[in-house]
Amino acid sequence: MPQPAVAADDPSPSIPPTPAVGRSVPRKDAAEKVSGEAKYVDDLTLPGMLWGRTVRSTVPRARIKAVRLCFDTAGFTVVDHTDIPGRNVVALIEEDQPFLAAGEVRHIAEPILLLAHEDRDTLMAAKVEIDYEILPPVLDMLASTEALKRLSIDKGDLEAGFAEADLVLEGEYRTGSQEHVYIETNGMIAVPEPDGGITLMGSLQCPYYVHKAIKPLMDLPGDRVRIVQAETGGGFGGKEEYPSLIAGHAALLARKSGRPVKIVYDRGEDMWATTKRHPAIVRHRTGVTRDGRLTAMEVDVVMDGGAYVTLSPVVLSRGCIHAAGAYRCDHVRITGRAMRTDTPPNGAFRGFGAPQTLFAVEAHMDRIAEALGMDPVELRERNALRPGDTTATGQEMQEDCAALDVLREAVERTDFHRKREEYRGTGRGIGLSLFFHGSGFTGSGEVRLASRAALEATETGVRILVGSSEIGQGTRTMHAQIVADAMGLPYEQVETALPDTAKVPDSGPTVASRTCMVVGKILQNCAAEMISRLGGLTPMEYARRHGPLVVSQDYVPPGDVKWDDDTYKGEAYAHYGWGCNVAEVEIDPDTFEARCTAFTAVEDVGKAIHPVLVRGQIEGGSAQGIGWALNERVVLVEGAMANATLTNYTIPTTLDTPPMDIVIMERPGKHGPHGAKGVGEMPIDGPAPAVVNAIRHAGLDVREIPATPEVLMAAAPSEEAACASS
Amino acid sequence: MRFELNGQEVEVDAHPMRRLLDVLRVECGLTGTKEGCGEGECGACTVLVDGEPVCSCLVPFAQAGGTSVVTIEGLGGKHPLQRAFGDHGGAQCGICTPGMILAAVALGPNPTLEQVRVGLAGNLCRCTGYEAIYRSVLGAYEAVDDRRPAAEAPAVGGGSKADGGAAFGTGADGGRSDVAGAGRSRSNGSGADAGAGSAGKAGL
Amino acid sequence: MKTALGDLELRQPRTLDEALAMLRDDGPLLPLAGCTDVYVQLEFGVMPARRFMDVSRLRELRGIERMDGGGLRIGAGATYTEIVRAPLVAQRLPMLVAASREVGGVQIQNRGTLGGNVANASPAGDSLPVLAAADAVVVLRSAADGERRVPFTAFHTGYRASVLRPDELIVAFEIPPVEGEQWFRKVGTRAAQAISKVVFAGVKGGPRPRIAIGSVAPTVVRAFRTEEALASGASIEEAQQVFGEEIRPIDDIRSTAEYRRRVAANLLRRWWVGQ
Repeated sequence: MPQPAVAADDPSPSIPPTPAVGRSVPRKDAAEKVSGEAKYVDDLTLPGMLWGRTVRSTVPRARIKAVRLCFDTAGFTVVDHTDIPGRNVVALIEEDQPFLAAGEVRHIAEPILLLAHEDRDTLMAAKVEIDYEILPPVLDMLASTEALKRLSIDKGDLEAGFAEADLVLEGEYRTGSQEHVYIETNGMIAVPEPDGGITLMGSLQCPYYVHKAIKPLMDLPGDRVRIVQAETGGGFGGKEEYPSLIAGHAALLARKSGRPVKIVYDRGEDMWATTKRHPAIVRHRTGVTRDGRLTAMEVDVVMDGGAYVTLSPVVLSRGCIHAAGAYRCDHVRITGRAMRTDTPPNGAFRGFGAPQTLFAVEAHMDRIAEALGMDPVELRERNALRPGDTTATGQEMQEDCAALDVLREAVERTDFHRKREEYRGTGRGIGLSLFFHGSGFTGSGEVRLASRAALEATETGVRILVGSSEIGQGTRTMHAQIVADAMGLPYEQVETALPDTAKVPDSGPTVASRTCMVVGKILQNCAAEMISRLGGLTPMEYARRHGPLVVSQDYVPPGDVKWDDDTYKGEAYAHYGWGCNVAEVEIDPDTFEARCTAFTAVEDVGKAIHPVLVRGQIEGGSAQGIGWALNERVVLVEGAMANATLTNYTIPTTLDTPPMDIVIMERPGKHGPHGAKGVGEMPIDGPAPAVVNAIRHAGLDVREIPATPEVLMAAAPSEEAACASS
Repeated sequence: MRFELNGQEVEVDAHPMRRLLDVLRVECGLTGTKEGCGEGECGACTVLVDGEPVCSCLVPFAQAGGTSVVTIEGLGGKHPLQRAFGDHGGAQCGICTPGMILAAVALGPNPTLEQVRVGLAGNLCRCTGYEAIYRSVLGAYEAVDDRRPAAEAPAVGGGSKADGGAAFGTGADGGRSDVAGAGRSRSNGSGADAGAGSAGKAGL
Repeated sequence: MKTALGDLELRQPRTLDEALAMLRDDGPLLPLAGCTDVYVQLEFGVMPARRFMDVSRLRELRGIERMDGGGLRIGAGATYTEIVRAPLVAQRLPMLVAASREVGGVQIQNRGTLGGNVANASPAGDSLPVLAAADAVVVLRSAADGERRVPFTAFHTGYRASVLRPDELIVAFEIPPVEGEQWFRKVGTRAAQAISKVVFAGVKGGPRPRIAIGSVAPTVVRAFRTEEALASGASIEEAQQVFGEEIRPIDDIRSTAEYRRRVAANLLRRWWVGQ
C-alpha cells in the first residue's frame, strides 16, 4: 500500500498524509499471523509451568457425595471449592454461578475439581471418581418453571391492531443451539506474583470482564490482578464471558502451587463444556390487511438460558428488541423469557439473541406473503421501516434508516423476481431476508459501561491504549486508522498497545458491534484532546521534549438517545445497521440435501473504515449463518453436546460455502466515527431466514433450523413405497 | 531421529508415537503450526511432508524419520502466499492461517478457483467464509505492481460441486479425464528447498 | 491427546516378512499406516491397543498394478491420493476414484490407505461399498499360513469386526474386471470432510447388477437379493421393498434410521432408473 515516506521525526506539514479511513491499509497484525510468529496462549511456555486440568460433572443434576482421587497425588496440585480464598461466584450480571461446584452440580460438564502437574500425560492419566446423589434434571426449556429473566415490550393497542386485520397468521419457529468453533480453543496461563497478586494471559475478548471476575474470587484488589490478552484465534462471543471461568481455575491452581499454570482445552472439552448460542422458540401472531399492511404483531420469545444466569437477560433483551423485525407496525407486543435448565449455560454468540428472533420474523413474513398471495418483496417494501417510523420500543428512525435501500439493491442485483419465476418447480429456490442490527450495548448499557480510552504520544508516534481486543476482526488496524486521521498522522505512526489491564483503561468489552462505533469515537475524542495539548508540536516532538503524554477520554452519551429500562421504551440503540440477504438453494430430491448455491449480502455499515475488514466480517458472518441454517446441529443428550467433535459437528468447508456477492452500503450515522455503525454481528442475522425462505420457495415448509436433510425429509411429501420397511 | 526441517537436517529425540505436531511445537520450538482439533478435521496443523500436506496431529513422529518437513516458519515470511493472505484479508484471527497457507503452497502457482476449493477443503476457517482466502490464493501470484486494492475486486464466483452421483463409462478411457480434472496439481518444489533463498521455486 | 504416550509402543519392521514375524512372535500389535483412524482414537482416549506396528514403509504393500486377465491389484498401503492419481484405477475402477476423492480433505487422502479403511471395519468406510460391489478379494498373509484370499463380502463379520487374525496383515486387494457402468454416491454430513450417512456403489449394464451400501447396517451390505430381484425383472418399487429388507439402519448422532432407509431407497431408484 503506497504511503508517503515520512521520517518519523519530521512529518512535513505541507504534505498531509493520505487519509487511512476508507482504505484497506495493511493489517497491523498481518505479518505476524502469516509468518506463524503470532503467539497464542498455547504457544507460550513459562519456566516451571504446570499443566492444569478441569474435572467436570458427568451428570446434569446431583448432590456430590464423595470425590476420590484414584492416583498417586505426589507432584499434583489439587484444588476444590474449599481452596477459594475469596467468593465462589463468577461475577457478571448475577452472582449465581460458582467457579467450582460446592456440593451440588447443576449441569453436565460443571467444574468440580482442578488438577495440575508438570507432566501433561501424568495429569491426563489421573483418575478421579465422584459419587453423586442423582436428582431429576430439567432439560427442556418449555418444561422449566424457573425464568432467569422475563420482559415485555408494548406499543399501541394490540387488540385494536388485530381488529383492523383482514388476516391473522400464527406460527412457531425454532432455532437450534450453535457452537462457536473458533479454531483456537480456550486457554489461559496464570502466573502467581511475588506480591500475592495474579497475572493471567489468555485467549479472551474482554480483559476487564476477567478482571472483574478474578478480584472477588481471589479476594484481591484491582491492582493486584492483571489480565493480558494473548493473540486470540477467534471469539464470536464464545470468549466473552467463559474465559473468566478458565482464568479463575488457572489462578486457583497457580495460587496453590505457587507456579505458573496453563490450562488449554482440547476441542472435545471446549465443545462439551463451554457456552453455545441460546436455542429459541419464537411464536408469532400477526394481523395484516389484504393489501399487506401489518396491523398487529404479537411475538413470544422463549430462550434456553442453561443452568446459570450468565448473559441470558441481555441476550433475551436484544432478541426481543429485534423480534418485530425491520418493520413498522403500530400495535406490537413482544414478550420474552429466558428459562433455567440443568444444561451448560448458553452465552454470547455473534448476534446475541437477534439472529434467533430475526429468523422467526423473516420466516413468518414469507408465510404471510404466501397466505396473502403476495410477492415477499412487496410485503417487505410495504412495511419496511423508513425515516420517521418507530420501532417496537418507540425509537424513531433517522435518515440513515436504510431498510428499503438494502432491499431494493439486493432484489435488483440478484434478478430476484425473474429467478423466483424461473426456479418454480425445479428443485431450486430463491429467498431473501431483511434485517437490522442495533450497534453497541442495549439501552442504557453504554452509559453504565462508562468506557474510557487513551492515547499516548511516543517518540515514534502515538499509541492507542484500549482494552478492546483483536480477535481477528481487525480492531488494531481499524482503531489505528481512525486515530491516524484524527491526528493527521500517517497510519504507520499509530500503534496499539497490547490489551493489558495494568496498562490500558477499560474501554468496555469487545462485543456488541461496539468497538468501532463506540470505542472508535472515544479515540477520536482522545485525538482531539491530544492535539489541543501538543501546542502545535507533533506527538513525536512533544515526547522527545517533554516525555510521554497520555490523554484519556470517557464515553459521552449522545444527547438524543433516551431509554427506559423499566418500560423498554426509547432509543434501544444509538444506530442500526441494515441488511438484506438473498440465498439460492438446490434441493436434492433423493437425499433432501439443501445446498446454498449463491448468496448475496447488501449491508449498510454507516462507513466502511476498512473495506477489506468489513467485507471479511460480512463474508465470515454469512458463512457462519449458512452453517447454522443447514449443517450445524448440536445434538443434546442429557443437556450436553453429544457430538462434541469437529467430525460430527459440521461447520461449513470450502465446498459447503457458496460464492458470495457482497455489497457494502454506507448510510452514515451521527454518532460513530466517520458515520460508522456496527458490522461484526449483523451478517449472521440474515442468512438463516434467507436460506429457509429459499427452501420454502422450492416447496418445503420448514420452520426450524438447522434445516438438515432429515428436517427437509420430514417436510417433504411422504413416499409410502419408498419408506416401506420390512 | 533425523529428518529435514525447513531445509535443515535436524536430529530430535522424542517418543516414536509422539505426534509430529507436538515434536514441531515443543521439541523444535516452532509454534507456527497450530492445533485446532487433534482429530485431523480442521487442518490447522497442516505441514508439508515430502511436499504433500498432511495433518501433523495424525502423524507419529517415527514416520517423519528421513522425510523433509516444511512448516510455516520454513516459508520465511516472504512467500507470495504469505503476502497475499495479509493483503486480501485471508488472515483474520490467524489461527488457521499457517495450515491454510501450506495447503495452498501444495497447489502450486496459479491454481484455478475449483482447485483451490478442493485443495483447501481439509482446512477449516471460521472467520472468513473462505472468500478472502480464495482471493488471497488466486491473487498471490499476480505481479506485485499489478495489485489492485483488494476491496474493489469483484466477488469471486465459484463452481459448484456436482451432486448427482458420479457415473462412469466402461470404455478404456472412461474416467481418465475425470482424474485430470481433479485439481490436485502439486507444487514443483520439494519441501527440501523451502527456506531462505528458494526464490527459484515458484511453489514454495 | 488424551492417551498417555508412556504406555505406547511402536515397532517398525523393514520388510513384510519381518512384520509378519513380529505379529506371530511378539503380538498383539495393531498395524498402522496413515494413522487417520488410530490417532483419532488416541486423541479421544478410546484406543484399546497400546502396541502398534508401523507398516507404512513396507514396499510390499504399495503399488497399484494390472493383473493377468485384466484385473487390478491395489496394495493395502496405497493411499487415497495414489488411487486418485492412478490412471489404471481411473480406467478400471472409477468408482473407487470417486470414493477416494470424498474421503476427508487432501491431508487425509495423502495419508489414509485402502487397507486401513478396510481393517478399521467401520460400516461408514467410504471405499467399502466400492470394494463390495466390485467383488474384490482381500489378500491376507501371515507367517504361519502364507497367503489366503477372502472375498470382500465375507471379510467383515460385524460392527468393527472381521475375519482378520491378529497374526495377519491385509497385503492387497484383487479386483476382477468390472463389466458395466459404475456409480458411486456418498451422502455425508456436509460436502467435504464428511462421515457417510449413506454411501452407495452400484454397477449396472453388465451380466448382473451389483449393489453395495454402507452406513445402514453393522457392516457394509452387498444387496444380493435386491440384485437378484432387479436381474429377474422386478419393478423398481419391488426392488426397493427388497432393498429395505436387506438393510438395518439405526439412529445415531449423525442421522436417523428413517432418513437412511428412505435415502437408500431413493438412491437405488436414481441409480437404476436414472433421475
